[in-house]
Amino acid sequence: MDRFAVEAVQLTKHFGDTVAVDGISFSVREGECFGLLGPNGAGKSTTIRMLTCSSPVTSGQLVVSGHDVTKNPRLVKSRIGVVPQDENLDPDLPTRQNLEVYARYFGLSREMIRQRVDEQLEFFELEGKAKEKVDTLSGGMRRRLLIARALIHEPNLLVLDEPTVGLDPQARHLVWKQLRRLRERGVTQLLTTHYMDEAAQLCDRIVVLHHGKILTEGSPRSLVRDHAGERVLELRLPASERELLLGEVGDALDIEPYGDVAYVFGSEAALAPLADRVGDDQRALLRPASLEDVFLRLTGRGLVE
Amino acid sequence: MSALLTVLTVPDVSGAAVHVWQRNFDVFRRIWRTESLGIGLEPWIVIVAMGFGLGRFVELEDGESYIHFLAPGLMAMFPMFAAIFECGWGAFMRLEMHRTYEAVLTTPASVDDLVTGEILWGTSRATFNGTYILLVLLILGPWTSAIDSWWAVLILPVAVLQGFLFSSLAISFAALARAMSHFGYLFNVIVMPMFWLSGGFFPLENLPGWAQRVAWFMPLVHSVELNRAVLAGDLHWGLLIDVAWLLVGCWVFYRIALALMRRRLIV
Repeated sequence: MDRFAVEAVQLTKHFGDTVAVDGISFSVREGECFGLLGPNGAGKSTTIRMLTCSSPVTSGQLVVSGHDVTKNPRLVKSRIGVVPQDENLDPDLPTRQNLEVYARYFGLSREMIRQRVDEQLEFFELEGKAKEKVDTLSGGMRRRLLIARALIHEPNLLVLDEPTVGLDPQARHLVWKQLRRLRERGVTQLLTTHYMDEAAQLCDRIVVLHHGKILTEGSPRSLVRDHAGERVLELRLPASERELLLGEVGDALDIEPYGDVAYVFGSEAALAPLADRVGDDQRALLRPASLEDVFLRLTGRGLVE
Repeated sequence: MSALLTVLTVPDVSGAAVHVWQRNFDVFRRIWRTESLGIGLEPWIVIVAMGFGLGRFVELEDGESYIHFLAPGLMAMFPMFAAIFECGWGAFMRLEMHRTYEAVLTTPASVDDLVTGEILWGTSRATFNGTYILLVLLILGPWTSAIDSWWAVLILPVAVLQGFLFSSLAISFAALARAMSHFGYLFNVIVMPMFWLSGGFFPLENLPGWAQRVAWFMPLVHSVELNRAVLAGDLHWGLLIDVAWLLVGCWVFYRIALALMRRRLIV
């Protein structure tokens, strides 16, 4: 039987008349990496805020590490590690002390704190920066320090809100590498992201949120298979030329126009001849379907800013 | 109504409040060398300027020296400013600019722990500054004769009381403020009128009756009153009213601070 790190049942959050989260139910199994996906305003961050006890639940139930967030916020918070979207390291303290001061809030002994801080600095490759003030660190280092801080009390569940937003590609890959290593060590992770490659890289299971509701749920691979199929042909052609190309077979295909690009979903066998006919992958690109296609299909191209 | 009733409940405070205090102490230990010159110099300058400079032009009725009259006020004002800066501007920085509060709240610490720790820190700074100015006046004793009695050490508990009160007041304001510039209101509407009109610079009896009655509602008036009595060694039962005023003020402003900060942070 699966054990759950998070169980949400009909979880709802209202801000005045606005419904930010609209009766969602999901559960996160221990040891897995679970992704909350959705465009801005979908309710991801609000869900995270309820989960970390900084926003009261309007209705429904939310149990984290076996404790109800409404009844036992202190217990919940002692079992989870939180990596916030907006960096909130303490600029008045150097790197090492950032971790030490934070660890103290969990009631760890001085000896334990010293040991854990050493471990985290090493794991996140920050030993050389231990005495530096945090505002002298690069964006990637600060993000790693945030994750290290969230792990200092060895939580059951690591909650990451947009863990690589604003990082350059190298820094992102380093963060991903470390999150995968944590996953191998059995650290349960719940993350939000609107980067589809990030979700595909890290998550075992995904929930797609839109307007506070769950649109779909599954593994990255099954979502791609069910919602986008095997292949996608991206056509960058003038409308007249596109119709000419698709005219004969158009009705049999699944076409989604978006701005000046048309996305055609289908099998290799159906799409390859079309691509060959254009013969220019600037104008007709045949590629495997990805999570991004699923996301755009489900949350609507052009509907979201 | 329910907002009023929460004042009667027990605050949700744990040992984490001490860790909030410790964080501020850790930062203070790192920066005190650079800050101490400013903090250390100010009382000397004020005493020289006001006591020896201005004081020569001031003639008090019973031949009292001006610095002797001024000392109790200074001993109330410096702790007040320490508390207001620490829990006003300082708290707002940690709340809004650095988001330190948000980070603390992801640990088992509650909002009440956070606010309580901050207020205790403001109280500590106020007491520290109060102790320092007491030492300065002791050192200058031969020239100022500002301290008449050993009861003067009681200005420390007074500094604790008003430190707690002003810290609570300032952090309540921080919970309401949306921008740094809003602190102009705290400073110009609340702090400066108290500074000038609390009986530190001139006897309150010089004011018209209605103004004296208004002044009674200013917390600083009561700490100046207490300081004046303990520095002179003139202890009497009437002082209990000032002590009671400050105690009630501490509790009321503390509960206001908790309520406002909860409203600001838990949404």
